[in-house]
Amino acid sequence: MEIMEGSLAVAEAVKACRPNVIAAYPITPQTHIVEEIARMVADGELASEYVRVESEHSAMSVCIGASATGARTYTATTSQGMALMHEVLFNAAGLRLPIVMTAANRSLSAPINIWNDQQDAVSERDSGWIQLYAEDTQEASDMTIQAYKIAEDRDILLPVMVGMDGFILTHVHEPVELCPQEKVDDFLPSYDPDHYLTPKNPLSFGTIVYPSTYTEFRYMIHEAMKRAERKIIDVASDFRDKFGRHYGGLIDTYEAEDAEVLIMAMGSVIGTAKDAIDELRADGKGEKVGLVKVRCYRPFPAEAIAEAVKSAKAIAVLDKNISLGYEGALHTDVKSALYKENGPLALGFILGLGGRDITKNTIKNIAEKAQKAIKSGRVEKDSEFVDLGAL
Amino acid sequence: MQEELFAPGHRGCAGCGAAIAARLILKGSGKDVIIVSPTGCLEVVSSPYPESAWKVPWIHSLFENAAAVASGVEVALKSLGRKDEAKVIAIGGDGATIDIGIGALSGMLERGHDVTYICYDNEAYMNTGIQRSSSTPYGASTTTSPAGKVSFGENRPKKNLPAIAAAHGIPYVATASIAYPKDVIKKVKKAISIEGPKYLQIHAPCCTGWGFDGSKTIEIGRLAVETGLFPIYESTEGKVTSVKKVKRKPVEEYLKAQRRFKHLFESEGGEGELKKIQDIADANAKQFGLDL
Repeated sequence: MEIMEGSLAVAEAVKACRPNVIAAYPITPQTHIVEEIARMVADGELASEYVRVESEHSAMSVCIGASATGARTYTATTSQGMALMHEVLFNAAGLRLPIVMTAANRSLSAPINIWNDQQDAVSERDSGWIQLYAEDTQEASDMTIQAYKIAEDRDILLPVMVGMDGFILTHVHEPVELCPQEKVDDFLPSYDPDHYLTPKNPLSFGTIVYPSTYTEFRYMIHEAMKRAERKIIDVASDFRDKFGRHYGGLIDTYEAEDAEVLIMAMGSVIGTAKDAIDELRADGKGEKVGLVKVRCYRPFPAEAIAEAVKSAKAIAVLDKNISLGYEGALHTDVKSALYKENGPLALGFILGLGGRDITKNTIKNIAEKAQKAIKSGRVEKDSEFVDLGAL
Repeated sequence: MQEELFAPGHRGCAGCGAAIAARLILKGSGKDVIIVSPTGCLEVVSSPYPESAWKVPWIHSLFENAAAVASGVEVALKSLGRKDEAKVIAIGGDGATIDIGIGALSGMLERGHDVTYICYDNEAYMNTGIQRSSSTPYGASTTTSPAGKVSFGENRPKKNLPAIAAAHGIPYVATASIAYPKDVIKKVKKAISIEGPKYLQIHAPCCTGWGFDGSKTIEIGRLAVETGLFPIYESTEGKVTSVKKVKRKPVEEYLKAQRRFKHLFESEGGEGELKKIQDIADANAKQFGLDL
């Protein structure tokens, strides 16, 4: 165990994963990560191609080109940089490329502000990226290694974003245990994709898809996202077996068994909340307060959360983001996960993607499904794709 | 050379200059190549899922990032020890290259990637319906720079991207036209044989957008060169090394054959505009020594 800055602990984890290609553009507070990786390359400690791009848009684009060619890739960004990547994030997920990125979470302008919140990553929640949030520097470092294992799984093939709170985790020195290289090599074999750009097997990537098939492609990404729930839990267990550390799978709980009040949050505030809960429980007044740590935000662990809070009398959701004009995003999602327990039946339908027509018959069929739900008193599927064709 | 690596059956218009460019580029490159295409006409007409006209490995990501994606392909080949497996070529339209993708292109050229970036220049946003780009020539009427009662169409000259590319000090910059197929093939072969970043701009007339019959694509392309409006040359590390000399024709011969310049011959004051376009051709002739 050694005392090291969070950014350096993440850089060490990246090094241990042996990425072939790193592309980065500097932005506070991500800089220490990419500076340290640049030093490793300059000192010959890391044999990666390091591309010093002219923008975050190009950082993610270089990762796309490299990943599609069969390389393991890495980048890191935050805030405006992530916003500049917006369309490229959607594209990376749609192309099913297992890119790993550290999100050194930071606020978005205006007003310009370089300090921490999670608006940047939360605003990309619909991009098709798996989103994980680390509680401390040790978890941010370990989560980076787990991220590749999740992303590159043949059943998943989706990019993963590891969120670590800007400054609070990136710039703070904490005791960290680094993963030995030989153990990481064993845990994470080199990336060996079935499909990549090569004249030996000329394939076309990123072709134009018409309304007749666009929905099916989006459905397949969505299904991979849902499969990732199991994979994230399994990889966390495998990691514990190999390295002896575990942070929960999709969620984790603290003092939750008898809790009347459950605090829910993502990221570094979990540590503060745990200390506050300890003090509340220790002051003799017998306040039954506990915690649900949301480790994975996308895919959203709705079932795990509903199960975790079922005995609580109140939940208090902490959001370092706001959907302006409504409320915090985690709050919305958590309430949605609990809705079926206490409201009128609610059914959700995904349709009209990529120009596909929505007909009157479609609406009538949906109304019929809702009527059926009323008769049976239950919702069979919370959310479903409508008029899905052959896959 | 005989092998067709850009398959027929794509959705391009009959007489599409961009499709001719793609076919010639692949004749020059051969099959050991990885092609990166930004969004645009060529991408759309060549990749209607589940079909593809590309018999070589091909990737399309977004509109403005082809140069960055190509950079990624190149470094991946290097990192994986597969550098000898394929040459990397990006093929983008003028909108993707000269407007929205110029930042990514400049980055790719400046960083020295071993990539050949080829712009097929059809002088407007054709895929979206003939809107003006910064490569649209002076006087052309497009759907966003229409000729009207108080307008002669586009009021700025073409952005000179070959000069901007050359200013990066890269080892090879060349212009070409699909009207001279052997020259295109020769320049692609030459470009990919040189280590480092290369930029080619291939004039690719668009029958639909420019307003001429699809059987005339090559003729129109040749007139652009013969009038001096699209000079054909090569440059190395910023210095011009070869120029295609021509027995110059007046610009009217090129302009009058296209709907996009029709207003110059019909509107009051059009003559003055024609004179300005002739001045552009004369300046090109002087700069490059085009006249035989």
